[in-house]
Formats: sequence, C-alpha cells, structure tokens
Amino acid sequence: MTNTTRRHYNYLFLLPAGVIFFIFFLFPALSSFFFSLTRWTLTDWTFIGLDNFKMFFSEDSLSIGFKNTFIYAFLTTAFKVVFGLALGIYLTSAIRTRDFLRAIIFFPNLVSTIAIGITFNSLMHPSRGVINQFLATIGITGPDWLGNVHLALLSVIGVDVWKGVGVATVIFIAGISAIPEQYYEALSIDGGNSFDKFKHITLPLVRPAMNSVIILALIGGLRLFDLVWSMTKGGPGFTTDLLSSIIYKQYGSGFYGLSTAGNVILFLVVSAIAFPVYRFLNSREVDL
Amino acid sequence: MTSKARRLTIEITGVILTAIIFGIPFYFIFNMASKNSQEASLMNISFPEKFLLFDNIREVILADKGIVVTAFKNSILLTFFSIVVLILVCSMAGYVAQRRSGKASPFISFLILTGLIIPPAIVPTIWLLLKLGIFKTMFSMVMIETAISMSFATLLYKGFMATIPRQIDEAAMVDGAGPLRLFFQIIFPLLKPTTATITVLSAVNIFNDFVQPLYFFPGAKNATIQLTLYNFTSKYYSSWHLLFADVFIITIPPLILFIIFNKKIISGMAAGAIKG
Repeated sequence: MTNTTRRHYNYLFLLPAGVIFFIFFLFPALSSFFFSLTRWTLTDWTFIGLDNFKMFFSEDSLSIGFKNTFIYAFLTTAFKVVFGLALGIYLTSAIRTRDFLRAIIFFPNLVSTIAIGITFNSLMHPSRGVINQFLATIGITGPDWLGNVHLALLSVIGVDVWKGVGVATVIFIAGISAIPEQYYEALSIDGGNSFDKFKHITLPLVRPAMNSVIILALIGGLRLFDLVWSMTKGGPGFTTDLLSSIIYKQYGSGFYGLSTAGNVILFLVVSAIAFPVYRFLNSREVDL
Repeated sequence: MTSKARRLTIEITGVILTAIIFGIPFYFIFNMASKNSQEASLMNISFPEKFLLFDNIREVILADKGIVVTAFKNSILLTFFSIVVLILVCSMAGYVAQRRSGKASPFISFLILTGLIIPPAIVPTIWLLLKLGIFKTMFSMVMIETAISMSFATLLYKGFMATIPRQIDEAAMVDGAGPLRLFFQIIFPLLKPTTATITVLSAVNIFNDFVQPLYFFPGAKNATIQLTLYNFTSKYYSSWHLLFADVFIITIPPLILFIIFNKKIISGMAAGAIKG
C-alpha cells in the first residue's frame, strides 16, 4: 500500500466509532467481570469472590432463569426455522397474493414489543380473551395461557414466534429464490415428486439461509427481555423468568453485584453458543 | 380436482389463515381503541356501539399533563440524533475497515462480531454514566443507542463498500482530493442505498426500544413512548380502551414507514441477516 492510500484511508476514520463503542459498550462489558465479584452499591464495593455466582446457581428463583433462557432460545429458534421454512416455500410458489401475504407476516416485527405483549395479554385472558372465547364456541375450555405454571413460558414463546417468524420467512425466501430453477426441472425429468424436490434440492441448498435464521433467533432468544416482561414479569412465581428478567429484578432490588453476575452469565451463555455457531456457519459458507 | 382449482384452494386457505393469525390481533387493537370503557373491558371483537377512536386518542394525549406528547417528542429526538451519529461514524468506520485490509482487520471484525452478539452490561453502564455525570441525559441515550446499533450498521457499510470500485478513489486522489474530501464528497454520496436502509431499520428499532430507556433514561420528564406505554399498563389497568388507544398511536409510525419502505425494510433485514 502506497503512502497516499495509507494517508487517505486513515485509521482516524475509525476513531469516532471506536471511541463510542469502547466507552458505551466495551468498557462496561469488561468491567462487569470485576463487579460481578463484588457486593456493590454503585459508590462502594466489597470483594466477595464467587459468592454472587454461587448464589445464582443455588437459589431456585435465580437458577430457573438459566434453565428457562435455554428452553426459550431453543424452542423459539426451532419454531422459527420450521414455520419460516414452510412459509418461505409457500410464498415462493406460484401464488398471486405473495407480496401481500409476505408484508402482513413481516409487519409484527416492526411493532413495539410492549404493544404486542399488551395485545396478547388481552387475547390470552383466561375467561374473556378472544382465543378462549373462540375455543369455547367449538366446545373446548381454553387454559389459562399466562397463569398456568406449565404453560406460561410456552405461551410467551408462541407470541415471540408469531412476532419474529416474518424475519425468518424473508431470509428463507431470499435463500429459496437463489436456487436455480434448472435443478428443479432436472429432478422433474428424472421423475421426482414435490417431496423429492424439497428433500434433495430445497433443503440442502437453503442451508446458508437456515444458518442465518438459527444464529439470529438464538442470539435474540437468549437475550430477550421486553416481551416476557410485558406479558408475565417472570410469573406466575418464577416460571417465566429469563436471565434478562432476573438481571432487571436484582437491579431493581438494589443487588447490583448480583445483577452484574447475571449479566456475566448471560455474556458467557450467549458467547458459548453464538461464537461457535457463527464460526461453523462461516467455515461452511467458504465450502459452498 | 384440477391443478388449477387445487392451486386456488391452497391460495385461498393461505389468505384466510394469514388474515386470522396475523390480522385479528391488529384488528383487535383497532377495535379496542375505538370502544368505550365498558365495551373494552369485555375484550371481544364485536363492533363498538359508537366509534370513539378519536375521543380515546384525545383522552390519552391529554392524560398526565400530556406525557404522551413529551414521550413522542423524546422518542423522536432520540431516534433522530442516534441515526445521525450512527450514519456519520459507521459510514467512516465501514469505509476504512473495507479499504484497508491490514493487521487491524481481523481485530475490527472481532469487535463487530462482539457488538452483534454480546448483550449490553447494564449496571456497569449506569455506574459509568454516573461517574461521567451524564446519567439520565439525552446525550448518553444517543450514545448508547448508537453503540448498540453500531456493529450492524458498520457491517452493512463495509459490505456495500466492497461493491464500490477502488478506481473511483484513485481517480479522486489523482485529482488531488484529500482524505476528508475523498470520503465526504466522493464516497459518502455513493453509500446512499445503505444509508437509506440503516435509517429506516434504525428508526424502527430505536423508536421501539424499551430496554435501554428503561435502564438508562428513567424519570417522568425523560419518558419515551415505550416506557409510557408500559407504565400505562399498571395505571390504566381497568381502562383498556385508553391503553389500546396508546398502543394504536404508537403502532402508526412504523406502519407508515413500512407502507412507504416495504421493499427496503424487507430486503435490508434479509441482507443484514445473511451478511451478519
């Protein structure tokens, strides 16, 4: 690289972004590793070693968030992949209302999560809610979607999938549209049916799109806070608490060290899952 | 059944299912926001006796000395300033990050990836803002929103830079353009499609953000629309019509953006996801 280009592509161009990123994101993230080891009042701290982490995993009301976060992330991801792929295939087939349906499925994504939480809180009301009213007309007694300890987390997962499946769908649509038409023609000539087309052409060739959906949904699911907070606040009991809602609750109660320990656990969980999946995804894309 | 009839059946089924699954919740919002208090408490989707949407909206706007108006103002300012800073700093960063592939580039990529994956550290950020004396200020909110959207924006700019030929830079250099002039007069205008995508996507994301204002922008005078809506859930527990009138008015801005920039938003999301 010559001196002129080096002068023109000056690293100083990176400075404003770098400074903002460091001060408002990276430095707090790094310092959280220290503060997670303290009892902390924001003005003063006492070093207490790993006590916060021990407490996190010994208290049932805290460790349940760890378990729920995994359930939440894996289930939302699985549903988004399955429904997103099905909708992607449907919306790339020869239908005339394609763009219209795609827009409607995508729109919930742009709506405030709090607004969606409030709306589904009403729709899922155990006695008056539209969902159970509808079930009653066909003779089914609907459950208490958000009040039942076994069902509440699944109900929130359902709403998350409803809101987020549109992104998965458009990513799958992009992936499917990139598959050359000739592949399908060749298979038809060899006598393959629609299931063969799906199994031998669509599914393998849509892998890069699927990887993107998986990684996005996993990261989003592991970090999720606003939806669960607006729908259940972690209840009933602690059955829908996620790592993020526990971080908020401990912060609200003034346990800053414990809250930060929760934050560090969330970092580690997200990194342990997302970085390897991301590496794997990138290494595969080179082969393709 | 002929294949044409079959295709039509599949299509009609799809439209009906979509209308039920995705349409009813939105119709429900509109319906609830148009009813009186008594009808709304029934939570059903029958027609309101009298169409009260505008009365309910007026009542929400006047509630609490116009907190909704303050909240709208704050949210719009926050969104606007965050996008300005985001575009300025990320276009520069994406430009140099793409043009120089030296020793620093794996490090830059790693930082971008970190920003995409890692959630923000809550209490340490509050502690830092307190130390700097900028906690609960619009300035710190703009910086935080910028910092968390930065990785995605830089990645999009970096990706788009790769499609701009280096010969353009070289021609400008030969003509004697300095580093600032080369970027701001020659390169930045060429980045317009990406700038538009980032503007629209960030507008929606920052406008809808609940978590950051909840932690870093508390207090009544700092209300943002998502926080105000959330606070209404406890305050208006029995006034569903007003709660949904608020839901309705904050759903309008993204709806308008989506109607205008439908293609841009969808392709931007898909592109960002595949690159990210």
